[in-house]
Amino acid sequence: MGEVLVLVDHVDGAVRKPTLELLTLARRIGEPSAVLLGAGSAAADIAAKLGEYGAAKVYAADAAEFADYLVVPKVDALEQIAKAAGEPAAVLVTSSGEGKEIAARLALRLGSGVITDAVDLNAGDSGPVATQSAFAASFTTLSRVSRGVPVITVKPNATSPEASVAAGAVEGVEVVFGATATGTKVTSRTPRVSTGRPELTEAAIVVSGGRGVGAAEGFGVVEELADSLGAAVGASRAAVDAGWYPHSNQVGQTGKQVSPQLYIANGISGAIQHRAGMQTSKTIVAVNKDAEAPIFELADYGVVGDLFNVVPQLTAEVKARKG
Amino acid sequence: MSLRIVVCVKYVPDATGDRRFADDNTTDRDSVDGLLSELDEYGVEQALKIAEASGDAEVTVLTVGPDDAKDALRKALSMGADKAVHVNDDDIHGTDVIGTSAILAKAIEKTGYDLVVCGMASTDGTMGIIPALLAERLGVPQVTLLSEVSVDGGTVKGRRDGDAATELLEASLPAVVSVTDQSGEARYPSFKGIMAAKKKPVESLDLDDLGIEADEVGLAGAWTAVDSATARPARTAGTIVKDEGEGGKQLAEFLASQKFI
Ligand SMILES: Cc1cc2nc3c(=O)[nH]c(=O)nc-3n(C[C@H](O)[C@H](O)[C@H](O)COP(=O)(O)OP(=O)(O)OC[C@H]3O[C@@H](n4cnc5c(N)ncnc54)[C@H](O)[C@@H]3O)c2cc1C
Ligand SMILES: Nc1ncnc2c1ncn2[C@@H]1O[C@H](COP(=O)(O)O)[C@@H](O)[C@H]1O
Repeated sequence: MGEVLVLVDHVDGAVRKPTLELLTLARRIGEPSAVLLGAGSAAADIAAKLGEYGAAKVYAADAAEFADYLVVPKVDALEQIAKAAGEPAAVLVTSSGEGKEIAARLALRLGSGVITDAVDLNAGDSGPVATQSAFAASFTTLSRVSRGVPVITVKPNATSPEASVAAGAVEGVEVVFGATATGTKVTSRTPRVSTGRPELTEAAIVVSGGRGVGAAEGFGVVEELADSLGAAVGASRAAVDAGWYPHSNQVGQTGKQVSPQLYIANGISGAIQHRAGMQTSKTIVAVNKDAEAPIFELADYGVVGDLFNVVPQLTAEVKARKG
Repeated sequence: MSLRIVVCVKYVPDATGDRRFADDNTTDRDSVDGLLSELDEYGVEQALKIAEASGDAEVTVLTVGPDDAKDALRKALSMGADKAVHVNDDDIHGTDVIGTSAILAKAIEKTGYDLVVCGMASTDGTMGIIPALLAERLGVPQVTLLSEVSVDGGTVKGRRDGDAATELLEASLPAVVSVTDQSGEARYPSFKGIMAAKKKPVESLDLDDLGIEADEVGLAGAWTAVDSATARPARTAGTIVKDEGEGGKQLAEFLASQKFI
């Protein structure tokens, strides 16, 4: 089976869950090798974890360039590793802003086609077949790369990570950076402060608030419900634009695209751009005082009512049932 | 010398319309009215702001698209851009992102540029990778996904609110930037702007003018293939209840029945 390169997404010395999902998907189309860039002293621990999830090899490279300059150093590394590996069966990258940009530039350098935002990936007769959602998730497409090494970015939550022990043998790589690697300098980096809640794109349950929440303080009831369920908190753009909640929590076309087991929309009308970010959720629940709100067209269960009555009652009930 | 800014804008099917795929699995651009991608209005806005701040700049808007894509150029011109370039050729139908970036890069080089400004993503394809591909092809820095951008002398600076961190970026011109919908509201065209736009030059180019062979682009030249496109089955109608004082409890009952609690 051909080698499938998986670019490792890591933060604070730990591998992020979507990478484990990529390793799981990679096993359907070949033998996964992880590419671990700029992990510093955490490399050995991360490599061990990658091995647990099926990485036969871990190509590891460390250099200041990975953190100090935007995107291109990682493209240089992947290009070098992909070319040294011969013709990999595919290259998989997480669908984040950075991941998509890395994938695009890599594909161009390899003379390959690129597919972004896959929500599933399977083996096919002529290479890996990617499932994508189009037009705010109103269509599902099946696509493949028809030229070169398939370079595919996959959205978080495309599958559940499954352990499968492999060697995880670390192979150190010395990357030779090209002339454009240092073109865009990162002059400062402020890590996002953790709220202690699950990551929005990775959470099994997302509880969101919209304009109906009325004010920044109104998000208190949304957060309490989220915490009772161990959920992440999301927001509509209207709530973000009003300054009630951070943009990093925005769900939708220009925010995060989430696909949790359960999505609870509170005081959100369900505009197409919002739906684009949550329509693929398994179960959708809505609380809205307007019975005509389009969000109810998506809802598996909806309550027409004032969220300030319904949500606290729900939270109390959840807490009571959980004991 | 004046600062030459090229803004890439896409003409897209209206997202609030009934968007669909054509029989060849390309985006159907006939059944739904098109417009200037809302996310590219932010690019036009930031380009105009940079031009105003520089005092000596020329803003060219560029699109690759069918005849109707002129509407997108007109809108951008009425917002205040100085001139437009329209790449239009029957052979472009079905071109994928790699091909589109090749066409745009050639047109940008032909126009001449110090700064290329893009939107964060097109609202139909939503890939968000053309800016990175343009930087790769042009061999210049990419300073992308910016919620704040400024140009000072020969340097472009910006703020990128990433997944895990907020980064401040800096690069020398020439460069490619892309801006998000957090970069600041786009202006509405004024009546004066709309009238003035009618007299602004729109240059039309075809593949020949750019030295691109027909087989390098189009459906046949694409490096990806869409094998099928299926409408997502409508979600089965759910249960909607009216809150008569027990709505939260009823909802809890539903969540329990689905094993969420
Ligand atoms: C290019 C573009 C990109 C966009 N990207 C995004 C995006 O990423 N994410 C996004 O969300 N939007 C996005 N939008 C905006 C989108 O079009 C809508 O404007 C937005 O989603 C509306 O947010 P909302 O539902 O919170 O507000 P509204 O549409 O105002 O809805 C508020 C709802 O709350 C209900 N309500 C009010 N009070 C209460 C109460 N006390 N109890 C219960 N219900 C109540 C109302 O009945 C109403 O249905 C984008 C728009 C454009 C043009
Ligand atoms: N056909 C096109 N013509 C002009 N600009 C485009 C075209 N397609 C994409 N772009 C630009 O590239 C950005 C990202 O597009 P995409 O990678 O398709 O999501 C858009 O916001 C535009 O600025």
